[in-house]
Amino acid sequence: MTGVLHIFRQPWIWAWIGAVAVWLATATFTQGRGATEVLSAAMTFGAFFVIVALGQMFVITLGPGNVDLSIPACMTLAGTVAMKTMDGSAGMIPVGLLIALAIGAGVGAINYALIRMLRIPPIIATLSSSFIFQSAAIWWNRGLRVKPPEPLGDFTTAKIAGVPLIALLVMILAVAGHVLLTRTMYGRGVVAIGQNIRAAHLAGVKVERIRAATYIMCATLAGLCGYLLSAFSGGAALNMGEEYLLSSIAVVVIGGTSVAGGFANVPGLWGAALFLFLLVTMLNTFGAGAGVRLVLTGLIIIGVIVAASGGKRRT
Amino acid sequence: MNGLFSPRMLRSLLPPLSLAVLLIAIFYLQPRTMSYFGLNLLLNLAIPIALATIAQMFVLCVNELDLSIGGFVSLVACITATWLYDTPLLGIAALIGLVAVYAALGALIHLRNLPSIVVTLGMSFVWLGLAVLVLPTPGGKAPEYIRTLMTLKPPGIPFPIIASVVIAIVVHILLMRSAWGTVLRGAGGNPRSLERAGWSLLRIKMIMFALAGFFGVLSGMALVGLTTSADANIALRYTLLSIAGVILGGGEFVGGRVSPIGAVIGAVTLALAGSFLSFLRLNPDWQIGAQGAILIIVLALRILISRTEAKR
Repeated sequence: MTGVLHIFRQPWIWAWIGAVAVWLATATFTQGRGATEVLSAAMTFGAFFVIVALGQMFVITLGPGNVDLSIPACMTLAGTVAMKTMDGSAGMIPVGLLIALAIGAGVGAINYALIRMLRIPPIIATLSSSFIFQSAAIWWNRGLRVKPPEPLGDFTTAKIAGVPLIALLVMILAVAGHVLLTRTMYGRGVVAIGQNIRAAHLAGVKVERIRAATYIMCATLAGLCGYLLSAFSGGAALNMGEEYLLSSIAVVVIGGTSVAGGFANVPGLWGAALFLFLLVTMLNTFGAGAGVRLVLTGLIIIGVIVAASGGKRRT
Repeated sequence: MNGLFSPRMLRSLLPPLSLAVLLIAIFYLQPRTMSYFGLNLLLNLAIPIALATIAQMFVLCVNELDLSIGGFVSLVACITATWLYDTPLLGIAALIGLVAVYAALGALIHLRNLPSIVVTLGMSFVWLGLAVLVLPTPGGKAPEYIRTLMTLKPPGIPFPIIASVVIAIVVHILLMRSAWGTVLRGAGGNPRSLERAGWSLLRIKMIMFALAGFFGVLSGMALVGLTTSADANIALRYTLLSIAGVILGGGEFVGGRVSPIGAVIGAVTLALAGSFLSFLRLNPDWQIGAQGAILIIVLALRILISRTEAKR
């Protein structure tokens, strides 16, 4: 790729190119009709993807084997408990938010405790804990669908100058994440651990403290996403986190973050989140059925990974 | 010296011991399960889970992870209940094709040095999508011979027990006792030295993935034989169950340290965990949670044993 502009060497550029291409293809197909509505919907749904992917990105960057599989269960648990506590009353909105965040932090702390004390790979730790959280959510929820307080529901669907408010807020969150990753001791520590945990430790990086903070942050963001998503979709559902397991990982990786750890970037998260949503929308617009849509989504994810990998040698 | 109670021995005994404890608890809570018929009911659904766990084990053995096995087993179940029933030749061709796709995935992951988590993640969409295309609404019918096999009533020992033992022993001989199996496992333990010794890592990865695909196919067929019909979501939870089963059975994430017998025991333990809870009259909401708890308890025990080992 010599001789191309600097920007084309950024790892996140492909996600954005993909997002724009897919959007243009959709708009061309509909001859421009609904193109802005699609974009606005993509920003809303993309915002939810980005919230969880931001946490997942820090976790994945910690190095091989670090993945948080408890995100869906954590979202569901935080969403159901918060909705049930608020019980539709507007005055309880801050309390509900605090509860959702606290549940997220608690989930993250438990995950980390399992990883540290049982010395099990994070995949298995978060997998087994997610079974328990999912059960807790089922038990707490009892099949009820509690409506969110009205102002909160309005808040998640509000728009400023045509741009969804939630997307704006998540953009600010993403900028904060970017600063955290690139400009703080913590963020540099995460990257250093991902590149070489031993070297990072010898260089004085507080490895265990950073790992703990990362898992807690990831689960807290999942709790936040569960809270907002259940407010947005008119109540918490037990399967609402389901698609976020695969999506959170897919968004991180398509966004140009190395799945082997040690290299991360935030702009790619937004690009990949928009890309994934617009892709499904495009296939819908083209009239593809559920089956075809799933197959193509899977093939395109793999295609992007193959294209982005560039055939690096095994180290 | 203290042979039986050395930490090493304890660690390898942990999977069968946890299974035994669980079985005794079930027998105690519900003595009627201690019969031919009771065991049959109790263990039936463990067969497809054990096969899927073996499939996952092959992938884990070469330091990869398959997040698509649940979707894959679902797809096989759908094909078995439709094409294999209506047009057997097409069905067989499709299933062989699926195994070939698995081998190709192994090649792709190896050649392009791709993270298997992401590739199989993508494939899980593909399998699910294909399953929806093959069987849009739940239904289909199990081919007669599979149905007959899965509902066999051999005298004395219930079929699920025989099946589990046969699966465990066959794979054990194949992977742990044969020269060929040692080479395959070496690809997880020390790929570089294996490559220096002149073996093709590409071929090993393809073989291991093909084996995973083959056992995934067996799992889907066994599942349809038990349920007599299929739907596209029938086995999605197998992805997580199979990973948990391998680990529960003493497998490790890296280094080619796996145990086929342990994997089958782990799968059966997980399958029984649900029944145990319902016999406890605990809230069924906690069924999935119990599987997680059992996993954590067994892993905690393993750490305790390893610590005493390290102290000596």
